[in-house]
Amino acid sequence: MNLTLHVWRQKGPQVKGKLETYQAKNISEDQSFLEMLDDVNEDLIKAGKDPIAFDHDCREGICGMCSQVINGKAHGGDERTTVCQLHMRRFNDGDDIVIEPWRAKAFPVQKDLIVDRAALDVIMQAGGYTSCHTGGVADGNALLIPKPTADYAMDAAECIGCGACVASCPNSSAMLFTSAKVAQLAALPQGKAEAKDRVRNMTQALLDEGFGNCTNHYECQDACPKGISVKFIAKLNREYLKTVAK
Amino acid sequence: MILDGKAPTGPIEKTWDKHRFDMKLVNPANKRKFKILVVGTGLAGGAGAASLGELGYNVEAFCYQDSPRRAHSIAAQGGINAAKAYPNDGDSIYRLFYDTVKGGDFRAREADVYRLAQVSNNIIDQCVAQGVPFARDYAGYLDNRSFGGAQVSRTFYARGQTGQQLLLGAYSALSRQVKAGTVKMHPRTEMLDLVVVDGVAKGITVRNLITGKIESHWGDAVVLATGGFVNVFYLSTNAMGCSVTAIWKAAKKGAYMANPCYTQIHPTCIPQHGDKQSKLTLMSESLRNDGRCWVPKKVEDCEKNPNDIPVDDRDYYLERKYPSFGNLAPRDIASRAAKEQCDDDRGVGPGKRGVYLDFKTAIDRVGQPMIAQRYGNLFEMYEKITDENGYERPMRIYPAPHYSMGGLWVDYECQSNIPGLFVLGEANFSVHGANRLGASALMQGLADGYFVIPYTIAPYLASLTPGTVKEDHPAFKESAEQVEAQINKLLNINGKKTVSELHRELGSVMWEDVGMARSDASLKHALKRIPEIRDEFWNNVNVTGEAGELNQQLENAGRLADFLEFAEVMAKDALHREESCGGHFRTEHQTDDGEAMRDDENFCYVGAWEFKGVDKEPELHKEPLKFENVKLAVRSYK
Amino acid sequence: MHLFTSTVGRKILMAVTGLLLVGFITIHLIGNLTIFAGNEAINIYAAGLHSMPPVVWIFRLVILVLFAIHITFGIQLTVENSAATPEQYAIQVTQKTTFAAKSMIYTGLIILAFILYHLLHFTMHVVHTDAIEPYNQLVNGRHNVFGMVGTSFQSAFITIAYAIAIIALAFHLTHGLQSFIQTLGWSNGPSQDKVSAIGKLVAIAYGVLYVAIPLAFLFHILKV
Repeated sequence: MNLTLHVWRQKGPQVKGKLETYQAKNISEDQSFLEMLDDVNEDLIKAGKDPIAFDHDCREGICGMCSQVINGKAHGGDERTTVCQLHMRRFNDGDDIVIEPWRAKAFPVQKDLIVDRAALDVIMQAGGYTSCHTGGVADGNALLIPKPTADYAMDAAECIGCGACVASCPNSSAMLFTSAKVAQLAALPQGKAEAKDRVRNMTQALLDEGFGNCTNHYECQDACPKGISVKFIAKLNREYLKTVAK
Repeated sequence: MILDGKAPTGPIEKTWDKHRFDMKLVNPANKRKFKILVVGTGLAGGAGAASLGELGYNVEAFCYQDSPRRAHSIAAQGGINAAKAYPNDGDSIYRLFYDTVKGGDFRAREADVYRLAQVSNNIIDQCVAQGVPFARDYAGYLDNRSFGGAQVSRTFYARGQTGQQLLLGAYSALSRQVKAGTVKMHPRTEMLDLVVVDGVAKGITVRNLITGKIESHWGDAVVLATGGFVNVFYLSTNAMGCSVTAIWKAAKKGAYMANPCYTQIHPTCIPQHGDKQSKLTLMSESLRNDGRCWVPKKVEDCEKNPNDIPVDDRDYYLERKYPSFGNLAPRDIASRAAKEQCDDDRGVGPGKRGVYLDFKTAIDRVGQPMIAQRYGNLFEMYEKITDENGYERPMRIYPAPHYSMGGLWVDYECQSNIPGLFVLGEANFSVHGANRLGASALMQGLADGYFVIPYTIAPYLASLTPGTVKEDHPAFKESAEQVEAQINKLLNINGKKTVSELHRELGSVMWEDVGMARSDASLKHALKRIPEIRDEFWNNVNVTGEAGELNQQLENAGRLADFLEFAEVMAKDALHREESCGGHFRTEHQTDDGEAMRDDENFCYVGAWEFKGVDKEPELHKEPLKFENVKLAVRSYK
Repeated sequence: MHLFTSTVGRKILMAVTGLLLVGFITIHLIGNLTIFAGNEAINIYAAGLHSMPPVVWIFRLVILVLFAIHITFGIQLTVENSAATPEQYAIQVTQKTTFAAKSMIYTGLIILAFILYHLLHFTMHVVHTDAIEPYNQLVNGRHNVFGMVGTSFQSAFITIAYAIAIIALAFHLTHGLQSFIQTLGWSNGPSQDKVSAIGKLVAIAYGVLYVAIPLAFLFHILKV
């Protein structure tokens, strides 16, 4: 199939960017979206032009590196799918495709489709852990965690930190990302000791890093390639309320 | 030269305890004076940086991704082994040790493997304490599953995302240290040289991938945890950014590359679909717990819908050949068996490079919901890529390069032959021998990071005065100039071929000639082709853009340049090793029924190669392997 | 205090004050609906209210504080959120959010404007005095609120202004009610869609009941 791409090109963080048009020719429907972009880049290199810079790494939907808004939807809008797992069979011959980077104040564009997501690391550093020392911990079975609790924690822990929740949020809030970690650790006995500080510090970091506030649009849940539920935001809110009640 | 792995002697159960006691310690007040550079922040590097930071060392950690949470450890699916013996099925530290030595086809150092088995239990406890949501039963106890190469259930897992959960655990520990100020992170930074002063590792030269700036970093010790090199095959299950670069730069500075020919080809990957494919996707080996591998008995059935082929016309080749392990035969054996069937023209799918992995029997037995609960995400992943439903139609799988058992040579303390250079995880060669068992990579990464390096780095540091060599030393300037020179050279070739075209060429040579089955002829062919491709690369590659900017083509070109040098050593190692063992299968050395034939008399050693320069013969150093606890035996899974 | 500066704290304040204000409009609605119980009912109700000024003033003060919190943080959060999204996508497709959720600040400001106007009209008697003055004398010791309302709704301007405000209120509530449940952490995933649906129904009910009064005058079901 042949496609017309409109790709955001931006030389660097301080430079103004714009959408440029490219043709993708002879694309097979078995190719992944990123393999389609690889093809376009090969043509650009051969024509002596600067290839499109985009983040990607594992290409199997788990590292969270890939980050593109395709036709207005983060990761292209396929349910529970990252860009790297999006396949060209989802498109039709002759389609126009608009590709943009994540857009948020907290995610400045570094080049073309690559953004800086260090702010997510800062949120994690504010409390996305249990303060256990290496060694000197109890036996794994000393803490009994019934399957439903373990499953609940795992549902939250599946977050790959790609930032699609921020990219799709009308407020650019990282609340789904933050809540996934808060809820995971709050559900588990290991995380309870620090639950209060964690929820306060992580949500504070979220604001300090320039993300917006959550106003319950729930766009994040639909955009999340791992299907993280906004019920974890409800859980975060509950955890926060506990800190108010003291 | 004969290398000494410095493995402690005495009863193997006591070696690690004794060694830990014998090692010198660094006074707590002095620790912060020592700067340790950790390159790579996956399971081994992330866990190591966090643990060293927690101990009070001044740690700086580097990764090429935008966050340490993205290291390719994250892609490991199935699980992590530990000798907890919770299921009461006869497991023990000794059995895990035994299985790993045997699984590695007797090409690993016993003491290292024993230590790994010993600390495996601590890893589970550590991860639980971090909040890793391991699978549990309704009573709340940790759940186990079986994996290839073992007859006990010792694999702990977190759905199909165990690697992700363990990495996020290590990342959380690392984040805690970053917050505490003991670890400084340098993301989007690639190591491009090791700085060696008077034969001792004293720092690294890196490129900031955002600005393109070349930077120097001094350290009292350098820890490499930069993963494996199977992207030398171009198509592999590794992430696109995985490369040999960091360890190859160290090798060029004198570190020995051990057993580079031991590469693991994983049996359960989704087959290649076309020539534009950029990577292969693995599905966890745990699928073989419930999936049965088969191919049609008759060549003419290969094109048929598999559901229309009667059971009698199917060849369940693993069950037939290895009745006691069946579908859970170790990876090297399962991969080769699949290749055999396809070479026999009974493969299925595009290009007839595939075998079926069928869940029908298991679905009939436990029901589809149970199978979905166990492997749901894998079935989803399979459907996304192939557009086929694995519940209704058998999956198609084919082996793909997955892991490198070989890596930089290290002694028992994870220190390379360059003092001050420590190597952890997949980047070193130490515990997996010639073949790694499933669910052991996560175990090794975390063992090295949490429980080995924090101890073994101390005696080295205790012997030093901290901070004697800093960035103003001429060696740093020299190294930075070399790195810049290579970058300028790459940018000024302005040839006709793209980096990925040349990488594909190299990959196809490596896969055909140095892949699952190697012969004298194929290896010699490879050794002729690799320098040709390398020459073409240096004369005809087209690297666009500039040095001082984010330039992904330049990054890839640098990595390919290293693969092109490394590939030659890998092929040479494979050629010199006139035996078949584990992942290294020489067609000249097989039994009548096609099983690998080891030659313990002549090859029971680690082959460590000293790089002498491009187009020069590398020198082979040997570390003889002694097996005092596990008797050398033909590895049989029949 | 953390509650007043943090992102979740302010969200909770918005939710709680919002719900209390829903309580206010509920009481107000019940009062208004007495208009259907005959001409004198609403007059008696109004007189009853005015017979206990301390209660009325405490009530007004509380409402004032609630509004102040709700409005201040509403505006503050909106300003912060738009600062967090400096650049727009060339194409943006939303999948889950609603018009109501995206227009909270606008519906909120419309309601605010209407309330001020409403106070100037019925409470302070500053505007539309021609519709108010005829009823300023006490009849049977009471104001003729019924007449006041009925005459006012004969004005197209007043009716339209009222209708716009009520529509804005209904939209505000469709997002607000389910948002309250989520913000207090009472939603558990599966309940999400049901809560949203119930929220919408309740919001529509408020809208219909409020708008029933001018409609009743328009269609002469109620007559001055």
